[in-house]
Amino acid sequence: MASAGNREYKSGLIRWIEYRMPVFSLLDGVIGRDYPTPKNLNYWWNLGSILGLALVIQIATGIFLAMHYIPTADGAFDSVQNIMRNVNNGWLLRYVHANAASLFFVAVYIHIFRAFYYGSYKAPRELLWFLGVFIFVIMMAAAFTGYVLPWGQMSFWAATVITNLFSVIPLVGDEVTMWLWGGFSVGSPTVQRFFSLHYLLPFVLAAIIVLHIWALHVHGSSNPLGINVKGPQDTIAFHPYYTAKDAVGFGVFLLLLAFIVFYEPNYLNHPDNFNPANPLVTPPNIVPEWYFLPFYAILRSMPDKTLGVILFVGSIVVLFLVPFLDTSRVRSAKFRPVFRQFFWIFVADAILLGFVGANPPEGTWVVIGRLATAYYFAHFFLILPLVGWLERPKPLPDSIAQPVLGDSAPEVAE
Amino acid sequence: MRGLLAVLGVAFALSLAAVPVFAAEEAEEPLERDWPHIGLFGTYDRAALQRGYRVYKDVCSACHSLKYISFRNLIEIGFTEAEAKAVASEFSFEAGPSEETGEMFDRAGLLSDTFPRPYANDAEARLSNNGALPPDLSLMAKAREDGTNYVFSLLVGYEEAPDDFDLTDGMNYNHYFAGLQIAMPQPLFEDMVEYRDGTPATVEQMAADVTQFLAWTAEPSLEPRHRMGFQVMVFLILLTILLYFVKRKVWADVH
Repeated sequence: MASAGNREYKSGLIRWIEYRMPVFSLLDGVIGRDYPTPKNLNYWWNLGSILGLALVIQIATGIFLAMHYIPTADGAFDSVQNIMRNVNNGWLLRYVHANAASLFFVAVYIHIFRAFYYGSYKAPRELLWFLGVFIFVIMMAAAFTGYVLPWGQMSFWAATVITNLFSVIPLVGDEVTMWLWGGFSVGSPTVQRFFSLHYLLPFVLAAIIVLHIWALHVHGSSNPLGINVKGPQDTIAFHPYYTAKDAVGFGVFLLLLAFIVFYEPNYLNHPDNFNPANPLVTPPNIVPEWYFLPFYAILRSMPDKTLGVILFVGSIVVLFLVPFLDTSRVRSAKFRPVFRQFFWIFVADAILLGFVGANPPEGTWVVIGRLATAYYFAHFFLILPLVGWLERPKPLPDSIAQPVLGDSAPEVAE
Repeated sequence: MRGLLAVLGVAFALSLAAVPVFAAEEAEEPLERDWPHIGLFGTYDRAALQRGYRVYKDVCSACHSLKYISFRNLIEIGFTEAEAKAVASEFSFEAGPSEETGEMFDRAGLLSDTFPRPYANDAEARLSNNGALPPDLSLMAKAREDGTNYVFSLLVGYEEAPDDFDLTDGMNYNHYFAGLQIAMPQPLFEDMVEYRDGTPATVEQMAADVTQFLAWTAEPSLEPRHRMGFQVMVFLILLTILLYFVKRKVWADVH
């Protein structure tokens, strides 16, 4: 098998290596040679490669930041200021790192909602979806540990709030929390271990991403029509077609990143994080970074801490169940008129939860927060199964090639 | 994706409906002012920064530290190296231990030294200030909501407390400060500082100058950032347009 593939490689060097260690045929097996890709992917399919780019940017800038960062309660805040003021182009490294983290989440949310809209998680891509949810969870852990490192007021209090959630674990909750802190409160040992984890997690992420791509390339990308590829007339080679298309996406992503970095680098930051961590002063409204706000709203929607934590964890765990909760066998919302409406209502609900999370849990916000939380879970546990059973989908096209070639069909006939 | 705008609209409308009632005790929104460093091509006004430095040195520095700023940084806002060295040498710093005596000794400040703190420690600072701790000012213009406008507003926002206001002893009334009572007494009074360039030192002038100085101490990389940003944006816009046409050409035989 390997020797059969070996003959295909043109370069003598590659053949030489392949004969001794068949790493290239392994890569072909994982990534897929020429990766035949549905020809009808729209720009919403760009996010996968953009997320890869974002991870590379984060690791590249992060490694250099780590050379100057001091992970102690006394040194962290000052060392960040040193990076901003005295390290050559340190401000650029740090602003890129902090803001690319935000755009990373913008991209991952679009990527996830793309999968919701086009039913990308349905058979035979459930495992691909699970790996994706794992990636999302690890990303959240990486982002949270990163938010703590500058050791400003919001860093410190976010760390306090989130680590305290573990105290609801029955019997061993308090012990687990103290074990996470490395002491009796959030302090220097906490920063040190968070820094270590923050450096480790992106590489865990990279490993799961390899599995995610491997699983993707077995059955290939889903597509906007949600129907299976019928043959070579439905596909084109990934390179040069989708490399060229992804490059456009890279350009747009970098433009957005550059605009934020150079013109509004602190827009997404909280002013209170420019005050050094102070365990004696609690900020009036502790908020996480914007990308956690919907989940934070769910956490705070309940008067009882344990119940809040259960819903908070549940709001993420439920994502694993989506392939089973969606009972429709039609993938794309294009052919599911009822589901499509509910999809947009769900988007609105998620954004609304974000607003709720940003505001103190008082007055009308509490009521809105509870309703939006209830709807969040209703979407998964009621709407997804029921709409799948009751909805009458529109007729599906015969093949990808047919609607794609629709316009140019007369030319082909000539 | 046409639904997206409608969805955002609904979410926004719902969020507006939930804004809490404005409390009477709440601080006013800071005054909106135009600052020369705001905007895509914004740069700091050197003359204002130098006047602002004078205000910091003559007034603020009595109580507030500026610990992230070195004397050499003054050269960035238009002071000559000699002037910055002269400022540094006004202060003395503990150094050592000496190899000859084994004891610590005092030496004059160098360009690489940072502005010294006015108090030896937080306890001394609180003792001298009626229990309040004057915060470091290096990052103040970023450490508050709408920071630059806030710093200016706070400096010009001192008034007599209204008769029905219950002002705690030793506190001062300022309607831009959270809770309306601030431990810091009004710091700026007319002609308190003598400007070298002859600018009349009104309270508003001094407040605007020192605000810009603190905007600079909080964000010294603003000017190189704006410069580099313009180059990067032009490059990326051209690159993205180019990549778009490359994509069109590559895909020409598919469509």
